[in-house]
Formats: sequence, structure tokens, C-alpha cells
Amino acid sequence: MELRKQEAQNISPDVPNEWFVPKVRNKEEAEAVVRPSLSYWQDSWHRLLKNKLAMAGLIFLILLALLAIFGPIFSTHSVETQKLAEQNLPPSSKYWFGTDDLGRDVFIRTCYGARISLFVGLMAALIDFIIGVVYGGLSGYKGGRTDNLMMRIIEILYGLPYLLVVILVMVVIGPGLTTIILALSITGWVGMARIVRGQVLQIKNYEFVLASKTFGTKTARIIRKNLLPNTMGPIIVQMTLTIPSAIFAEAFLSFIGLGIQAPHASWGVMANDGLSTILSGYWWRLFFPTMFISLTMFAFNVLGDGLQDALDPKLRR
Amino acid sequence: MKAYFFKRIIAMIITLWLIITGTFFLMHSVPGSPFNEERTTNEAIQKNLESYYQLDKPLIVQYGNYLKALVKLDLGPSIKKSSQTVNDMLGRGFPVSFELGMYTLIVALISGLILGVVAALRHNGIIDYLAMSIAVLGISIPNFVMATVLIQQLAVNLPIFPVATWSSPKHMVLPILALATGPMAIIARLTRTSMLEVLTQDYIKTAKAKGLSPVKIVFKHALRNALLPVVTVLGSLAASILTGTFVIEKIFAIPGMGKYFVDSINNRDYPVIMGTTVFYSAILIFMLLLVDIAYGVLDPRIKLHKKEAK
Repeated sequence: MELRKQEAQNISPDVPNEWFVPKVRNKEEAEAVVRPSLSYWQDSWHRLLKNKLAMAGLIFLILLALLAIFGPIFSTHSVETQKLAEQNLPPSSKYWFGTDDLGRDVFIRTCYGARISLFVGLMAALIDFIIGVVYGGLSGYKGGRTDNLMMRIIEILYGLPYLLVVILVMVVIGPGLTTIILALSITGWVGMARIVRGQVLQIKNYEFVLASKTFGTKTARIIRKNLLPNTMGPIIVQMTLTIPSAIFAEAFLSFIGLGIQAPHASWGVMANDGLSTILSGYWWRLFFPTMFISLTMFAFNVLGDGLQDALDPKLRR
Repeated sequence: MKAYFFKRIIAMIITLWLIITGTFFLMHSVPGSPFNEERTTNEAIQKNLESYYQLDKPLIVQYGNYLKALVKLDLGPSIKKSSQTVNDMLGRGFPVSFELGMYTLIVALISGLILGVVAALRHNGIIDYLAMSIAVLGISIPNFVMATVLIQQLAVNLPIFPVATWSSPKHMVLPILALATGPMAIIARLTRTSMLEVLTQDYIKTAKAKGLSPVKIVFKHALRNALLPVVTVLGSLAASILTGTFVIEKIFAIPGMGKYFVDSINNRDYPVIMGTTVFYSAILIFMLLLVDIAYGVLDPRIKLHKKEAK
């Protein structure tokens, strides 16, 4: 024993002997939790923070929202002011994104376009969420004949071509912001309802729901307190992916002349105007609105992908 | 199998009938007659016009007549282009749109599959990231934006391709590219995920252990199973390509069905809008059925005639 210690000291004189004292196992210490336990949401948030692309998307969207809200304040130009002397000016320090054929400032119009796009996207997602959760939750929870009937209805709606229905509604009610949101919501909630139903079907058989039932909890409360919180992950992912498709639909409709009408600025309207002058070389009129449409959809898509990975690590690949 | 088809076809007819009915009453709920908008015509002429287009009869009779004509595949006359019927327009426009749609689907499928398979085989490598970046970009860039970018770069800046009409293969390149990027991206992403899943399966290990060549493993064993999720989205992809043709045909001035449809919307030519909608819906519903059948052929484990697993 004595000899071995000596040896150890000889080999590395820097290492003090105390380091080699065996640690006494303490039962309480062994049981103690060292790190604070993370809730599902905190855990997901940490995973999302590590996803650089998704974070870039999130930051871009925050900046875009700020631009949409505050952008027009910082500019001295207004959306509808027409300066016929300053037609089709290229980007400069006075007009950051140039001007269009009526001498309107493209930057301000892009900011207003952001307002419309974000508003349409968020409203469509919100309406889809409300209808989809109620419908899907009820269908999945009730099961049996109710579920069967409700699913048949969904199947029929699912077979309808989405944009075609939207176009028809727009033709009948007439173009405008409210009609776009209304038209998008008519068939848009179906996807959400399907996801919620699938989740509820799975979760409703878990023990904690059974426990709730044996206590005599009412259906509405079970759906609200037990089922919904546990389906939130896929619901949020679906919402982030609904927003870009709504933004696309608005731009598409405005582009073919069925959406937002002339004096108002929307990215689709601006892109359509810009396209007609492409041969004249006024690239900025087409470039800025189309770039913003693409970047916004890109940001929502990568954020949605990131959320999917973060909220459902089992699916991660 | 037969019973399943029977059920599916009944469901198809019901869906189609709902679409027809919905469209019919929606179109007729628009206030005003299509004739009293622009020019003030003589009252007698207006009466004659209305009786020619049967607009003077009660709505339910008009509806009955429309259904009767539909059974004979007659979609009625156009209101704004008085010498033409909707059938004429569809007959002229459909072959062009069909060609555009089919080429697009083929280009999207081939390029999407290649991109997805390569990305999966080089999982987490540079090629994987590159392919997936292309895919997310493809999903994010709307087809009409893609079209404008392509026109700007490959027709205006570098005049390689002509922009308008549909007369030679060279004219088809840009519209097909613009329309195919979105579906290609979706296919690439799906193929990658399902390939990654399939490649970890035991039978792939077995195939490797047997010493099969990598090419054979990928194409014969992995890809066939990885294709299933891709097949399921083909129906909705066809729908998005179809609606994409509206705007692409408008931008490139291609004389297809989509152009007639957009024109009829702008002219408020209701019979054309209705006829085109019904026609589009019929194609789409038929596509969904085809996809289901393809699914059954690719995966014998799915038995069509059995009740769906819940």
C-alpha cells in the first residue's frame, strides 16, 4: 500500500493524494436531481434555439412584422400619393425601393403589402384553428357514428380543389380582404380538423383521460384540459404551415386580379403591375414584392419545419 | 375489389354532384343579369337573350336543364363570346393544358425523386443540405414568381428562350420549369424522409449482407417502398399543378384551359366559369381515384376491398 502511493507520487508529483480518496456513496445525494427539470415547452424551445435556420426564419418574421407596423412611420412618403413627375425611378436614397408608374413609393407599398399578407395569413390560421379544433376534437372524441358522419363530410370537402373554391367564392362575393379570408377559411380548416381528430383518437385512450372520466368530468372540460394541451404540438406546426399557403393564396388571387383591388397595395398586385413593365427594365417594381413574398414564405416554412422537429423529437431524422 | 370500386365511384358522383350544385347556385346568386351591365339594350332584345340562355325560367328549372345537359356532356353556351360553347373552349384549351400539366408532372417527378434519393444517400452531407435547401426554396417561391424570374433571366437578360405562346418545344421550357419547381420540391422532401426511414429497415441490411449491388438495393428494394408516401401526395400535387396552370398560362400567353378560365372570371362569363369548374373538379376527383389504385398496386399489403384500418 505504502509502496503504491509512493509510486503514484513519483509518477505525477502534481496530483495530490486527496484525489484518490474513494467517494462515500450517499443515498440522498444520489437521488437528488441536479439539473432543473424542463417542461415539454421549455425543452422544445431549447431544441428550436439550436436550429439556426428556423431561428433565422423567426427573426426575419419578427423584423417583417416590425416593418409592417412601424415601417410607414419612418418614411416621409405615403402609400397612395402619386407624383407623376417621379415615375419609375430606380432605388435611391430618397426612394429606397424606387417608384412605380404612378410615382408611388415602392418601399411603403411593400410595407403595406406585408401588413396585408401577415394579416391574411394570421387570420386564416386563427379561423382554421378554431373550426378545425372544435370539429376535429368533437369528431375524434365522440367516435362511432358521429365520427363516421363527420369524416364523410370532411372527405367530400377534401376532394374539392382548394384554390378553385376560393376563386369561385371570390367571383361571387366580389374581391376584397374580408372575402379572401372568408374564402380561405371555407375549406382551409379541413386539414387541421383531420390532424386534431387523429391526435384525439390516440390520446383519448390514455389512462389519464380515463381517470378524468371516472371522476365525472364533463366532455367539454376533458377536451379542453386533457386532450387539447397534448395535441398542441402538431396543431402549432399545422398553423405555421397554413400561414404561408394563405399568403400564397392571397398573392395568387391578387396576381390574377381577384384579390386586393387597385389603390391598396398587396405583394400580388405589385408583382402583377411589375410584370407588365418587365420589358422596360424597371426591375425593382417586380423584384421587391416577389422577393418579399418568397422570403416570407421561406421563413414560415423553415420555422414550421423547425417547430416540427422541436415539438416532436420522435419524428426527428 | 369490385365492391370497393363501386363505393368509390358512387362517392365520386356524389362529390361531383355537390360541386355542380354548389357552383350552380353560387353563380346564380350573383345579383344582376349578365346582360344589363354595360350596354343598355332594347327590352325586347334583352328578353330574347334571356330566353335564349333560359334565364327567364325559374331557378330550379334552369338547374334541372343544366343537369340534363351535363349528363349529355353539354356544358352550355358562353355568354360573352356568343358564337362559342363551353365545350368548344375546353376542347381547344384542354389538350394544351394537359400537355403542359403532364410534362410538368414528369419533370417534377424525375427531378424530385433524383434529388430526394441523392439527399437520403448522402444523409447530413453537403449534397443533402444543398438538395434540401433547393427544396425549401422551391416550396417557398410561388410559381408566378418563379415564372417572372425565369422570364427576366432567361428571356430578357439572356434571350435564350422565347416567352409567349406554345408552338415549339423551346417555348415549353420556361413554363414547365416555372410550374415544376414547387411539386419537385415537395417530392424531393418526401422522397428523402421516406428513403431515410426505409434505408434503416432490416431487409435493406439483409440485401446488403447478401452482397447485392448498391444500385440494385436502392432501386429495387428501397425506392419501391419509399415511393408510397410520394404516391399519396400525387393527387394533391396534380391539383396544385392544375391551378398553377391558370397563372402560368396567363403569364406565358399559352392558349390553354387556364387562360380561358381566368379570362372568363374577368369577363364574368358565368357558364364558362361553371363549366370549367365542373370539368376541373371531375379531372381532380378522377386523379384521386387513380392515385388510390396506384397505391394498391405498389403496396400489396394495402387491400382496397377491405375496410380501411382505423
